[in-house]
Amino acid sequence: MSAPTITNQKSFLSRIGAALMSLVRRQIFIPIAALVVLIVFNLIADPSFFAIKIGPNSAGDMVLSGYLITILDNASELVILAIGMTLVTAASGGQDISVGSAIAIAGSVTLRILCGTNSRPEVLQAPIIVAFLVCCVVAMLFGAFNGALVAYLKIQPMVATLILFTAGRSIAAWINNNELPIISDAAFGYYGNFIPGIPVPTPIFIAIACMIAIFLVLKFTNLGLYTQSVGINAASSRLNGLNPEQVKFMTYVILGLCVAVAGFIKVSRFSTINYSVVAKDIEMDAILAVALGGNALSGGKFNMGASILGAYVIQFLTTTLFKFNVVSTALPAYKAVVVIILVVLSAPAVKEKFGELRKRMASRKTAKEAEAV
Amino acid sequence: MQDGAILKMRGICKYFPGVKALEEVDFTLRAGEIHALMGENGAGKSTLIKVLTGVYGKDAGEIHLIGHDGPINIKSPQDAQNAGISTVYQEITLCPNLTVAENMYIGRTKGAITNWKKINADSQKLLDSLGIPAKSTQQLASCSIAVQQMIAIARAVDMECKVLILDEPTSSLDEQEVAKLFRLMLDLKQRGVGIIFVTHFLDQVYEVSDRITVLRDGKLVGEFIIEDLPRVKLVSKMLGKDLDDLSDIKSESDTAAVDESSVPVLEAEQLASMAGIKPFDFRIYKGEVNGFTGLLGSGRSECVRAIFGADKTTGGTVKMNGKEVKINKPIDAMKQGIGYLPEDRKRDGIVGDLSVRENIILALQVMKGFFKPFTRAQAEAFADEYIKLLDIKTASSDTPIKSLSGGNQQKVILARWLLTNPNYLILDEPTRGIDIGTKIDIQKLVLKLAAQGKSITFISSETDEMLRTCSRLVVMRDRKVVGELKGEDLTQSKIMTTIAGGDNQ
Amino acid sequence: MKKIIALLLAVVMVFALCACAGGAKKDDGVISVGIINNDPNESGYRTANDKDMKETFTAENGYAAEFFYSLKNEEQIAAAQKFVQDEVDYLLISAAGTAGWDTVLKDAQDAGIKVILFDRTIDADPSLYEASIVSDMAKEGQTAVDWLAGQGLDAYNVIHIQGVMGSAAQIGRTGALDTMVAENDNWNLVTQQTAEWNAETAQQIVQGVIDSGAEFNVIYAENDDMAKGAVAALDKANISHGVDGDVIIMGFDCNKWALEELLAGNWNYDGQCNPFQADYIDTIIKDLEAGKAPAEKVVIMDEKGFDAATITQEDVDQYGI
Repeated sequence: MSAPTITNQKSFLSRIGAALMSLVRRQIFIPIAALVVLIVFNLIADPSFFAIKIGPNSAGDMVLSGYLITILDNASELVILAIGMTLVTAASGGQDISVGSAIAIAGSVTLRILCGTNSRPEVLQAPIIVAFLVCCVVAMLFGAFNGALVAYLKIQPMVATLILFTAGRSIAAWINNNELPIISDAAFGYYGNFIPGIPVPTPIFIAIACMIAIFLVLKFTNLGLYTQSVGINAASSRLNGLNPEQVKFMTYVILGLCVAVAGFIKVSRFSTINYSVVAKDIEMDAILAVALGGNALSGGKFNMGASILGAYVIQFLTTTLFKFNVVSTALPAYKAVVVIILVVLSAPAVKEKFGELRKRMASRKTAKEAEAV
Repeated sequence: MQDGAILKMRGICKYFPGVKALEEVDFTLRAGEIHALMGENGAGKSTLIKVLTGVYGKDAGEIHLIGHDGPINIKSPQDAQNAGISTVYQEITLCPNLTVAENMYIGRTKGAITNWKKINADSQKLLDSLGIPAKSTQQLASCSIAVQQMIAIARAVDMECKVLILDEPTSSLDEQEVAKLFRLMLDLKQRGVGIIFVTHFLDQVYEVSDRITVLRDGKLVGEFIIEDLPRVKLVSKMLGKDLDDLSDIKSESDTAAVDESSVPVLEAEQLASMAGIKPFDFRIYKGEVNGFTGLLGSGRSECVRAIFGADKTTGGTVKMNGKEVKINKPIDAMKQGIGYLPEDRKRDGIVGDLSVRENIILALQVMKGFFKPFTRAQAEAFADEYIKLLDIKTASSDTPIKSLSGGNQQKVILARWLLTNPNYLILDEPTRGIDIGTKIDIQKLVLKLAAQGKSITFISSETDEMLRTCSRLVVMRDRKVVGELKGEDLTQSKIMTTIAGGDNQ
Repeated sequence: MKKIIALLLAVVMVFALCACAGGAKKDDGVISVGIINNDPNESGYRTANDKDMKETFTAENGYAAEFFYSLKNEEQIAAAQKFVQDEVDYLLISAAGTAGWDTVLKDAQDAGIKVILFDRTIDADPSLYEASIVSDMAKEGQTAVDWLAGQGLDAYNVIHIQGVMGSAAQIGRTGALDTMVAENDNWNLVTQQTAEWNAETAQQIVQGVIDSGAEFNVIYAENDDMAKGAVAALDKANISHGVDGDVIIMGFDCNKWALEELLAGNWNYDGQCNPFQADYIDTIIKDLEAGKAPAEKVVIMDEKGFDAATITQEDVDQYGI
């Protein structure tokens, strides 16, 4: 009677084993593994890390708080950028390093529209939606500028975007005549903080909306196929009727839109902007998110979900480091170590070695099973 | 080692996930012989070579090399090179943006200081002695593919190797260049070098080889002295069955009747492109198979690229079914019902990392439009249909196309265009680097399509292949159309004289 | 067509960049000054500093000023070299880095050009320049910490948010607090981390402390932006701050909006980092023109610390940047 149970159990276990194996082989394994390591580390170090509390904020609204909420909230801009960066990487085989500067521009434009000529207006000079739309248009134009340099003038993406990377923050300051606009209307702050009555930070909703949007776009258009095809082999794509330049250009414009949304959230968080430090170094985190997702930075195939997860992992890491009170001077070193580990793990040579190891273990297992029989 | 062997491979096994690429394969190479390694695509030739040169590690077996006691362990191509095993691969693996001399010496200079003057002079001497028309200081990319291939061989020769592996060295060379290469191979043979010669060209095997080792499905079929193995037997050993008689195909082609009084499916007048071909006229009728022939670099591919809009046209008109159309880029041609299988499969054909399925649906998907993707189920259905129809050997439709053998990759590209259901299909070197079985399959398919009323332009470096399939040949020389042959003129000798030109007659 | 659009875009961008550049030409009979400064967009402090310089060194005041901005030391040195060639009368430098200036300053001296350093010092022989006008960041920190000590709390549990590590402002403002914490048992650092002048990072750091449940009653942020970020985190958790609040908020730089927070009682203290050096320089130049040597080689500017309890609207208008 017991015999079937054993085989059942065995097949169940081996099925789990097989599922694990196939997960290990999947691209999304790297960010998942990184996330699991971080979660386990925090769980051991301090289980209260995962506590979520609800309480009133200073405006009297009930809001959620806790490390997890902080992570989800603060990762929002990075997640949105990672979406665009993944597409740009896939199609053009390079990265846009100007997103931080472009966020400064997008934020500056938003404030400029809302403030008009007075940098400290009592009332908004334009509806928020108008400011957001103008911000989108401007950010997409700058994206188009980068895209034109990369796609039509065939400049290497990093070099092409270096222009805006260098000039962007000055342009952002110039847009507001070097003044520091501050919005006093509380409604503008809703997008970067809380909408009264809703206990979850708004940026989380915006990030989720962006994820749903890109999921739908990838499902109901050929964006994925086109960008990957162009990134893998532009010559061949052209002979299949694609216009590789147009596809690359398009990805930069999409990234521009992502920048607009991220920039809008950023300025909404504080209802003001600091041109020199807003979204500083975010481009590196966005690129890292793409790499962490196991996507080749040289372009081609991509996994959007893995990139998004990668972005959350980076914020998880940042918050963890803050929590453990790492000495300020050592902070970059810790981050660098983690980055090195992750990048090494995802390197093709290391993957190959793991593959061999796995094979050897599998063959040993089958040998043992054979013996057992 | 006994019996003059310089290399012995014994019981070599190599496994890939789900595939036994090599199983208990033996191979022996003697000093001063040219040893052909034959087999269909996927038979294990390339894998055996890669094991020997350290690109792959072997899973079992031993390799003995003269001058070494006991089995040697080759862990990397560098190891192989140091042991005196040099390789020239099918795809050129040199650096296009370095000079010829730099390419010949890259990775071989010792110490920090390099005397480029001497290296340039030495390379020039070697190039001259081999009759390779290149300057040592010239950038490699500015040489023709054929010359690049010869430089790769020169590089290997210069490394004073004991074992020289030539993996499909002739697939991009024209006849004169092949002859030159053969002289070089025979010269090296005299000097005692053992040469492993991997090729699909049967004629070439019988022209220079001493021995043949045949592989099939990763297993050793046998080693034969060339005199003992007539062609038909070789082919049947490679295929593992008796070969379909080639003449079968010819008889089928008679069924394709072409009505030349009808309006041509496509008619080009004074078409010229950026690629530098002289303006040419061209027409093709419903149900016709015609072709461009000429020496390598004579402009055959450039003509069809101009028709397809792959190269920017600089003049001339194109009419489809009598109506003038503008074809500026490939998508324009595709919308007119034209399909184009490009000459360079790796560069222009496959999208390497994408799956077989995505590669098959790509062209049709692009024609359908950005906002109308096929559902997964539709794509699967298309892929499965053509995988079955063309007998594409792949683990699944999800497999990346780059992991397929060359012949199967080509079938995928063919499937891609068949799926678009074109009226006019251009096939540029569809059979290059492909095993005999697939070659015949493709030829048969071409004739079948023509019988269904499709028009096909077929280009091949192998004239007999074109003679079997085409009812009309456009002959090219120096980027110019120099003649058109049909009917009784379609003979090997007539083509030769037309290519050679008037002053030879 | 697309290429044209691409080109147009490029041209527009170039113009946008050029629009920011430009400057006055040298004129006879007036004092020509070459001013090398950091990028005014670097911070609100720098913007105010640049604005102050531009308002002082005008044609009406008898100056012909030419400006050069860069955050890179080499570029600044190259610009200095060019000003020497142009034979300006005075060279005013706010150096991005401390090293590498000797040669160009010697050239200036040989050409009879007088050099005045402002805001930042350099590693060069003092004989190579006439005077330097600087902020004493350590003193700023000391003033702030002294003020804090004067609040008479039983225990000081401080969240210390630092600027970019290694910057003069960070070192100066951190030093005084570190000493105080080391010497007094009732002073503790709940956390000490860099937010790199960034409001959002500061918010995350403070959020982290709140999430961990640790007790704190002082936030010592090394600039206004970071103090603002910290306050946002407190607001989210409904922790009161400012005058009569649970947490004392301290910032630096005296941005106008920050002083307004003080005036409203939301913050407690803001330390000044005086960006208005132009008047000092103007005085020195006038003295030198009159044949008088500057009274002091190193001029340390007056810098105030504002307390929410005593600040007035006039202070906001006068000292806010």
